[in-house]
Amino acid sequence: MVEVELRVNGAARRVDLDPRVSLLDALREHLELTGTKKGCNQGACGACTVLVDGERIASCLALAVQYGGREITTIEGVEHPLQRAFIAADGLQCGYCTPGQVCSALGMLAEHRAGAPSAVTADLTATDVPLTDAEIKERMSGNLCRCGAYDGIATAIRETAIKEVAA
Amino acid sequence: MTTAPERTRPAATRQDGPNVGRPVDRVDGVAKTTGAAKYSADFPYADIAHAALVHAGIARGRVTAIDTGAAEAVPGVLKVLTHQNAPRMAPPPKVSIADLSTMAPGTPVNYLNTDEVHWNGQPVAVVVAESLEAAHAAARLVRVSYEQQPATTDFAVAREHPKQVKNSMIDVGEARKGDAERALADAPVTVDLRYTTPGQNHNAIEPHATTAAWDGDRLTVHDATQNIDWTRKHLALRFGVPAAQVRVVATFVGGGFGGKGSVWAGTLLTALAARATGRPVRMALSRESVSRTVGGRAPTVQRVALGAERDGTLTALVHTGLTQVGRVGGGAERVASQSQYLYAAPAILVRHSTAEVDALPNTFMRAPGEAVGSFALESAIDELAGELGMDPIDLRVRNEPERSPLSGKRFSRRDLRRVYARGADRFGWAGRDPKPRSMRDGRWLVGWGVASALHIPVPLPGDVLVRLRADGTVLVRSGLQEIGVGIATIVAQVTADALGVPLDVVSVEIGDSDQPTAPGAGGSTQTSAATAAVLQACEELKRSALGLARRAASSPLRGARPGDVETRDGGLRLAGGAGESYAEILGRAGVPALEARTGSDSRLGQAVGQARFMARFLNDRRRWVHPATGVHFCEVRVDPDTAEVRVSRWLGVFDVGRVMNAKLAGSQLRGGVVMGIGAALSEETLVDPRTGRIMNPGLGEYHVPVHADVPRIDIECLDEPDPTTPLGLIGAGEVGITGVAAAVANAVHHATGVRVRDLPVTLDRLL
Repeated sequence: MVEVELRVNGAARRVDLDPRVSLLDALREHLELTGTKKGCNQGACGACTVLVDGERIASCLALAVQYGGREITTIEGVEHPLQRAFIAADGLQCGYCTPGQVCSALGMLAEHRAGAPSAVTADLTATDVPLTDAEIKERMSGNLCRCGAYDGIATAIRETAIKEVAA
Repeated sequence: MTTAPERTRPAATRQDGPNVGRPVDRVDGVAKTTGAAKYSADFPYADIAHAALVHAGIARGRVTAIDTGAAEAVPGVLKVLTHQNAPRMAPPPKVSIADLSTMAPGTPVNYLNTDEVHWNGQPVAVVVAESLEAAHAAARLVRVSYEQQPATTDFAVAREHPKQVKNSMIDVGEARKGDAERALADAPVTVDLRYTTPGQNHNAIEPHATTAAWDGDRLTVHDATQNIDWTRKHLALRFGVPAAQVRVVATFVGGGFGGKGSVWAGTLLTALAARATGRPVRMALSRESVSRTVGGRAPTVQRVALGAERDGTLTALVHTGLTQVGRVGGGAERVASQSQYLYAAPAILVRHSTAEVDALPNTFMRAPGEAVGSFALESAIDELAGELGMDPIDLRVRNEPERSPLSGKRFSRRDLRRVYARGADRFGWAGRDPKPRSMRDGRWLVGWGVASALHIPVPLPGDVLVRLRADGTVLVRSGLQEIGVGIATIVAQVTADALGVPLDVVSVEIGDSDQPTAPGAGGSTQTSAATAAVLQACEELKRSALGLARRAASSPLRGARPGDVETRDGGLRLAGGAGESYAEILGRAGVPALEARTGSDSRLGQAVGQARFMARFLNDRRRWVHPATGVHFCEVRVDPDTAEVRVSRWLGVFDVGRVMNAKLAGSQLRGGVVMGIGAALSEETLVDPRTGRIMNPGLGEYHVPVHADVPRIDIECLDEPDPTTPLGLIGAGEVGITGVAAAVANAVHHATGVRVRDLPVTLDRLL
């Protein structure tokens, strides 16, 4: 067992962990933060997306013991207009992928603000890439939604981004 | 257009109220966007143990030995259960129409109570450990020896030996009108075509998960199920305890699509492991274990042959399908279902056959039969339009039936001509050059395709309890399943309007077998069942409340009769506006709450209720066909060099009867389109034909559509009531996926000139 201090949603918790425990399982099984979901446990679905120091990662592919001292944000620690926008645009059905979609979208918006291009960005040297639907969908394609709420998710992200720019 | 005459019914159920018919937000939206919504693997137990499955590596034979030594030596392992040491379970029941819960297991295989192996991937051991990590590591160390028996693992081989499906209440083996083969031979224009569709998997993003805890002979199970009632009854039967001692909780279910409609191995073996270890046990199946133990949609081979006059009038329609079943379970995909309803051919032949494979039994997957059957039928209609040199919409309109073509029964509502016209207008169909490869956008080949959608929901009974409290708040309880439909939201909307109270005083508790029994979430039926029961219970509450008021000397409602009062403004009101709030009525009478429930808790009461429902159902089905219908318009872009297909535009116009909440219905229909796009372009369960082993048991290899694969999907509904159903609704859960794959394939043909008759439409089939 390895003792590690995990800083999650602003609070530090010391836990003794089997070194094989993924960050996802640490959150769910050891810290009772079950909002983060396990969809495939192999990095293919995005349901387990959390933010680490503001960047989105698939927590199922991360070993918890490597994340001591990092600032981890899970859905339980998110309070953002984007969540309201998901509800208004019905960017969810069963809700299982939703925590991952929300966290991923927040990470994605930060990447976009930082000027990161995507696979559909025409001009890779541009510093201010317009956040079109094609950009949103490309950048969110690591988060699967089997219910097919993609339209609503894209709408929620677009409208939230527009409001953020206006604010 | 055909529509049943309006039945006499209170106007309130016909018109949109303050809530019904409005696109209100989901009542559980906050829970779902904050992580507060609890799914089956989210319930903490202090002394929880974790379980993992070991799967058979052969398709057919016997387990001769299991070496569990290495697994048991893993620190933290509590027990390795095999057929040699597992507690006994009663065998699965024989399927009986008198008790539909007998359909729950989907297979007669008694997991871990037999040494027999019937498919590659069947569970042969369960490892229970203190931690997830130990359970999964140890599961890999279990060594199983087998005596193999000859197995049929390849559908391509099995289909040399088809068996025709027998006609029954559940299945149509064969149905005919006239001599379709003869009419086909005589027709001046014909197409006679063969289509295939592969196996597909539901792949709900929540893998099946069960948390089971025994307290003596009482069992509590948190289960990712679409059918709380079946799960409870089936677990009770298998573990030999009264159903009243089994509690099944499924507060939120992370998608189902039919895959969680049965009680598969994971659920049973979690309860078994909990019993064997005396600990609460959780088994959250790995994605691989889901693929190996939960059936999917069966592969199909279909023939569609159409005969027509030169003006496009159909003279013959033949649709036959041969589909895979497991040797130990599964049923026919009724691929020819729509061919009984869609087109007015004077001679029709539909036939279903199956071929047995030593494979995981297939099961229902969203619009079973119709989803893949419509690929063949609606592709063939497009091909016939090509032969005739006719617009495919004109061809459909020409053959639009007045009555159900095969049975001659009347449609309770059907207005596909208007649906086609509305869709064509909005999509701009008139601007289509019918010649293949005629439309381009830069280097992309552009194609437009169209296909009809049709699905007939299966009604089932459901019960609710509604409690009206003296403080004016309302509680509804029903063992419904929230798999994404937004069922709690719709129940709240209908309750609020039926009682005339604001939406936010209604709370809805669902997902628990302690609540009145509700139907499973399947067959596009949950919403109609729940809302009909809510109306009935609210009507009873109205009468009870009036009963209190009309006897009170001081009440303005004194002496009033039910027909005199309306429910609004939080109480009962006379036409002139005088009346009282529920709080005033209950408060004066000193009654803390009024309660109404439909159905009964007793076995006898339930049996009587079921019989009554069945009688009503059969009577209704003798008279009416209730189809949810629609049309899909699809635009694709195809790269002329790589044959990459991108779906770039979508419009669906539907007639699902009355729409309770356009936001939720739109999402359901859109979801069907998205899943259909997956079926069209990428989804395929790959099986190694030598071993019967599924080769892509994960989301990295089984490709469901991602954000970038799906364009904006425009959805429109006629939103007019079916006059023969309590709230005018028909059902929207499944119709959305029907026709989708054909619309894509038809658009691809228009773009490229290449007709693909085998799903999915992958690059190799276009180049």
